[in-house]
Amino acid sequence: MKTIISTSPFLHHEATTPKIMWEVVYTLIPVLGVAVYYFGLSALLVSAAAVAGCLVAERLFDKKKKAIGDGSALLTGVLLALCLPPGFPLWIAFLGGMVSIGVGKSLWGGLGQNIFNPALLGRAFLQAAFPEAITTWDLPTGNYWGVRGTNLAMPFFKGTPVDAISTATPLSQLKFSHEVTSTMDLLVGNVSGSLGETCGLLLILAGVYLIARKIINWRIPASILATAALFSGILYAINPQYPTPQFTILAGGLLLGAVYMATDYVTSPLTTKGIWIYGFGIGFLVVMIRVWGGLPEGVMYAILLMNAATPLINRFTKTRVYGHEK
Amino acid sequence: MSTSLIGSLQTFPHGVHPEEYKELSCNRRIERMPFVELYTLPLSQHIGAPSKVVVKEGQKVRRGEMIAEPGGFVSVGLHSPVDGVVHAIDLFDHPNGQVLPAIQIRTDRFSTQQLQLKPVPPEEMTTAGFIKAVQWSGMVGMGGAAFPAHVKFSIPEGKTCKHLMLNGCECEPFLTCDHRVMVEYAEELIDGTRILARFVKPEKVYIAIEANKPDAITLIREKAAEMDFAIEVVPLEVKYPQGAEKMMISAILGEEVPSGKLPLDVGVLVSNVGTAVAMSQYFRQGLPLIERVITVSGTALKRPSNMLVPIGTPMRDVVDYCGGITVPSPRILLGGPMMGMVQKNLDVPVVKGTSGILALTDHEVRDLDTYSCIRCGRCLDACPLFLNPALLGMLSRKGLWEEMEENHIMDCFECASCSFVCPSGIPLVQSFRVGKAMIRERKAK
Repeated sequence: MKTIISTSPFLHHEATTPKIMWEVVYTLIPVLGVAVYYFGLSALLVSAAAVAGCLVAERLFDKKKKAIGDGSALLTGVLLALCLPPGFPLWIAFLGGMVSIGVGKSLWGGLGQNIFNPALLGRAFLQAAFPEAITTWDLPTGNYWGVRGTNLAMPFFKGTPVDAISTATPLSQLKFSHEVTSTMDLLVGNVSGSLGETCGLLLILAGVYLIARKIINWRIPASILATAALFSGILYAINPQYPTPQFTILAGGLLLGAVYMATDYVTSPLTTKGIWIYGFGIGFLVVMIRVWGGLPEGVMYAILLMNAATPLINRFTKTRVYGHEK
Repeated sequence: MSTSLIGSLQTFPHGVHPEEYKELSCNRRIERMPFVELYTLPLSQHIGAPSKVVVKEGQKVRRGEMIAEPGGFVSVGLHSPVDGVVHAIDLFDHPNGQVLPAIQIRTDRFSTQQLQLKPVPPEEMTTAGFIKAVQWSGMVGMGGAAFPAHVKFSIPEGKTCKHLMLNGCECEPFLTCDHRVMVEYAEELIDGTRILARFVKPEKVYIAIEANKPDAITLIREKAAEMDFAIEVVPLEVKYPQGAEKMMISAILGEEVPSGKLPLDVGVLVSNVGTAVAMSQYFRQGLPLIERVITVSGTALKRPSNMLVPIGTPMRDVVDYCGGITVPSPRILLGGPMMGMVQKNLDVPVVKGTSGILALTDHEVRDLDTYSCIRCGRCLDACPLFLNPALLGMLSRKGLWEEMEENHIMDCFECASCSFVCPSGIPLVQSFRVGKAMIRERKAK
C-alpha cells in the first residue's frame, strides 16, 4: 500500500475558477441570443472577432501556455463584444480583443493582477482610437442573415460603406434631441445600442441568477442601481427635464455594467464596506457623466474610475477581526 | 439526515458547509477493539510537558496502572491500557510526524484483562483535590487538541465560570464518535457533567449539538430530566467550524472571546462530551484514561465503524479489524478531513487526542489545479474570525511576516475554511501555518 501525502483540508468546495468563468459565459448565451435576434448574424460575427482577439492575445502572452483553459479570456471577449455596436468592423473588434487581454491583463501579470476590467479597458481603447466606428449605431433589423457592410470594412480604408444607416441610441436621443424611449422598448430591447445592453429584462434575469448562484456579490449591482436611481430620482424631482430613474437604469449599458462588468472579482473591492463605496461611486459617476458630461453614456468610465480606486478602497476598509475592537 | 429540528437554529457568522459523510458510520454502535500484542504509549499525548516514566523495562504492569506521572502542572499521568510487561522505553513514531519517547507494553496473553480499580468518590473532595485527581487520571480534552483537562478546570482567582458548555457539535465531516458517545453514554455524560459542575459551580450548563444528531438531542433532554439535572440542550446549525470553542460561544451567547484571551475571560468553560464521560468513568469506577471512542471511516475502508480503542493500539490493527483498506493508494489521516493530520503509514498508535482514523480516496479528495487569486472574496465570507485570507495569503507568498502579524494572523486557528472554498485551489491555510511558524521563530530570537 502506498499512501498519498498531502495537507489538510482534504475536502474542497466544488467551485473552481474555470467553472465559475464558464458559468458566467453560459449566462451570456441568452444575452447573445437576443443580440442575434435583434441584430442578426452581425452580432455573432462581432462576438467571434472579439473572442478570437482575446484568445490569440492570451495564447501569445502566456508563457506557461495554460491560462487559456481557465475560460477568463473567453469571458472577456464576449463581454467586450456585448458593448460594441452591431455594425462594428470585425478587424477592429479583433484588435479590441487583443488590447483587452494584452494591455488589460497580460501586461499586469495575467489573471488576478490587473487593476482595470480588461473588457472595458479594450473598449476604452476602441472609443479613443475609433470614435466614429464605435458610435455608429443602427436599428434592430428583422433580417437575421443580413451582414452589415460596415462589419466587413478593411483596415485603413477611407469612405463610408454603402449601407450604413446610422441612428441614435436612447441615451443620445435624450441628450441631443430630448426624445424619451418608452420603458417597454427598453425592457424588451427593441432599441438601438451595443449588442448586449438593449434587453433590460434579460440582464435583470441574468443578474438574479448569478446572485442566486452566489457567483456575483449582490451588493455590487444593488448599490450601483440604487445610487443611480436615487440620484437621478432627485434630479428628476427637481426638474422633470432630467431622465426618470427607470430610464436611467434601463437605457444604455448600466444594467450590463452593473451585472457583468462592475462585478468582476479582480477589479472590485474585497471587503463588504468597500463594495458599498465602490457601488455608490459607480452609480453616482454614471449619472454625473450622463447628465453633465459631454458623452451620452458614462458606465464605462464610471466603472474604470472606480476600478482605479479599488486598491485604495481595499486599503482603507479593513475588516474587523473576531475578538478585536473596531 | 434532517438538519432542521426547529425553524431557525443558532449559529455563528460565516463558516462553510462541507459534505458530511456521517452516514457511513453514524448508525454503527460502538464496538470494543480486541486486545492486541503490543501497545505504544508516547509520553507527549497532550499539550504541555511530557509525562515522566515511573516504570522500568521488563516490569510487570496491571491494566490501569500508572506508568508515567505528570511532568509538571501542564502535564498529565499515563496508564497502561493492558496487563502486560514494559517491553521498551525508546523513541517511536508519533502521529504528529515526529519521533518521540514512548513506552511500549507487551500484552500478557494469559491475563483476563479484568480491571481491579476502586472508585474515587468526588463528594468529599476539595477543589484542589479534584484538580489533582483529574490530572493524575490522565484526562485531556477529547475534542482533538488534547489540552490537559485539569488545567482548563482550574479557575484562576478573580475569574468565575458562569456558563459551563459541553461541546457535542462534532462539525468535522466523517467523525461520528461524539455522536455515538452521546447516544450510548448519555447517563455517564450527564453524571460527569454533574461532577464537573460541583467544582466549577456554573450558573448555567449547556450542551451544544449540531442539528444533524436529532437522536442525541432528544435522548439527552430525556435523560437530563430523568436524572434531575438542569442542562440546556442547544441544537446548532450544521456548519463548519461550529465545534470550535469561539464559534460555539458566539452561537450560544452571541459574545466574542477577546483576542489572546481564554473563554474563561468571558465566564465560559467548554468541555468535550467525551471528556465528561471519561470523568464519570474515573470518579465512579476508578477507570483512568486508557481507552477512547474513535471513528474509523472513509470510502477506502471496508467497514466504517465507531470503536472503543485502548490508547496505544497501532492504527494498523484498528484498520485491519475494520476490514482493511480497499484501494491501493489511499490518504490515511488521524482526525477529521478539515484539520486532521496525514500519516505516511499505519505504524503510529492511537493517542488520547485521536478522534478518528480516516482512509480517503480520490472520490472525496480531489487534486486541485491552482490558479492565481481572482479576489473573488469567498475566503473572506468563509473565515469565522473575519480575517482577510486573500490578503494574508498574498503576504505569506511574499514573505511579509510582519504585515501578516499586523493583519492578525496569530488569531487564526487553522480551521481551513478558506482553503476549502478557494476556487483557485490556493493553499491558504497551509501558507498561514508557515507564516505563524516564522513569526513565532522571530519572536523566540
